[in-house]
Amino acid sequence: MFLISCPYCGERDQSEFVSGGEAHIARPKQPTELNDDQWAEYLFMRKNIKGIQFERWNHVHGCRKWFNVARDTSNDKIEKIYKMGEQPPKI
Amino acid sequence: MKNKYSIFSLIKNAFSNHENWQRAWRDPEPKKEYDAVIVGGGGHGLATAYYLAKKHNLTNIAVVEKGWIGGGNTGRNTTIIRSNYLWDASAGLYDHALKIWEGLSQELNYNVMFSQRGVMNLAHNLQDVRDLKRRTHANRLNGIDAVWLETDEVKKFCPIINTSQDIRYPVLGGTLQKRAGTARHDAVAWGYARGADEMGVDIIQNCEVKGIKRNGDAVEGLETTKGFIKTKKVGVVAAGHSSVIANMAGLKLPLESKPLQALVSEPVKPIIDTVVMSNAVHAYVSQSDKGELVIGAGTDSYVSYTQKGSFNIVEETLKAILELYPIFSRMKMLRQWGGIVDICPDASPIISKTSIKGLYFNCGWGTGGFKATPGSGDLFAHTIANDEPHKLNAAFNINRFVSGDLVDEHGAAAVAH
Ligand SMILES: Cc1cc2nc3c(=O)[nH]c(=O)nc-3n(C[C@H](O)[C@H](O)[C@H](O)COP(=O)(O)OP(=O)(O)OC[C@H]3O[C@@H](n4cnc5c(N)ncnc54)[C@H](O)[C@@H]3O)c2cc1C
Ligand SMILES: [Zn+2]
Repeated sequence: MFLISCPYCGERDQSEFVSGGEAHIARPKQPTELNDDQWAEYLFMRKNIKGIQFERWNHVHGCRKWFNVARDTSNDKIEKIYKMGEQPPKI
Repeated sequence: MKNKYSIFSLIKNAFSNHENWQRAWRDPEPKKEYDAVIVGGGGHGLATAYYLAKKHNLTNIAVVEKGWIGGGNTGRNTTIIRSNYLWDASAGLYDHALKIWEGLSQELNYNVMFSQRGVMNLAHNLQDVRDLKRRTHANRLNGIDAVWLETDEVKKFCPIINTSQDIRYPVLGGTLQKRAGTARHDAVAWGYARGADEMGVDIIQNCEVKGIKRNGDAVEGLETTKGFIKTKKVGVVAAGHSSVIANMAGLKLPLESKPLQALVSEPVKPIIDTVVMSNAVHAYVSQSDKGELVIGAGTDSYVSYTQKGSFNIVEETLKAILELYPIFSRMKMLRQWGGIVDICPDASPIISKTSIKGLYFNCGWGTGGFKATPGSGDLFAHTIANDEPHKLNAAFNINRFVSGDLVDEHGAAAVAH
């Protein structure tokens, strides 16, 4: 349990948000050209990092907007919050 | 030879104030080299070592555990054992385990307190009713005992359930597997450890794997906090930490690690003599032999390795428990804890070879692998010894995520994630 600072609404309880998993997994530009291994990589394989991980979150019980979070999964400490489309920070 | 546990050894040791019991397993330092090393001393890892030694004559092997054996999810789970999964592949896998459970205490000469008290799954809406009825039909076609109970039969089987049709999620019926039940979690780890140790397996605690040494695409050994261990075969059974270890070998797995919580109440007299699960409102409860209610909650929505979990998850579970069992309204909860569960996209496990020769993974059991412990160990041992899966775990290979041949068990997994 921790607090998340929504870039649009400010600090709220984590239970107002839902995690959308690993961030920066770009949708393939030419899906028809992917082979099965590349599809598996895109759809299923995840880094699942113990340490600092870049994630997407949605303020589902608030403004319903998506944004990115850099969070340490070994202690749930949030390092940085940044908007969709922005590059991940160097940590 | 280990002394046999029996009523006579119990009486004999009572006369010396239980101070002269033989050690259940040794505490060896790692050798320089083994024929195979199992990473992770949970129930699955210890069972794997036991069956490697017993059925495949591989006795120059070790289990390395970063903490103490059974201190991971094995010692943190709510111990529900059942085999009523939907698909044929899962039915084969989980019922194989259930059959081993039925004779496990005798086989290990260790009381794992397997209790076939039945597991009931409740339906709270029409879709639940359809899904659960479909599952009982599928189970019966696979030779697994399953019956559908109407609401009044649910009430008869477990009288303390509130079956009023005026509650928010009324009970519309349920399924019952009578051969299902619970077991003592630590005893499973300890029983397998004792049995494996007796056959010569080294169980090395406080030994964390830090790296996997490879020569091209074959395994050469493990870097650990107790030095380098040379081996050509590594079986990883590290539950929530599977991805961390896969990373050391440059592999990625289709897993997400999330906290799952459970809690127990103060002990009370016998009040519920079965296990009741409810997927829709997310509450499940049984009573331990000490008298505590054992309550399972849901997973958090985010990846975390903190072994804690959020308070709101526990709160939601307890709300559901109170609506279904108003009699518990003044019970005090004593303890709460979390474990890190490794969830696969199809809620089924992976028991598989990998693209690296000599590296095997047994993971993805997520919220429901305790029930499979004996079967998982048996099949993983077969896979490691023969470098080929057994027919019962062939469907659970890692390539299913490439071929698309998923085994979707989200319905039967019974924990909302
Ligand atoms: C709260 C909760 C309730 C549950 N309820 C049920 C239930 O009712 N029924 C059911 O069937 N299942 C249930 N489960 C799931 C079940 O507990 C697990 O699927 C099962 O116990 C996994 O066993 P394991 O031996 O694979 O993992 P674990 O017991 O977690 O063992 C893995 C071991 O690997 C070790 N390890 C990790 N990294 C390293 C490293 N680098 N080096 C060395 N060792 C390492 C860990 O310390 C750990 O001891 C529940 C889980 C939780 C958390
Ligand atoms: Zn917001």
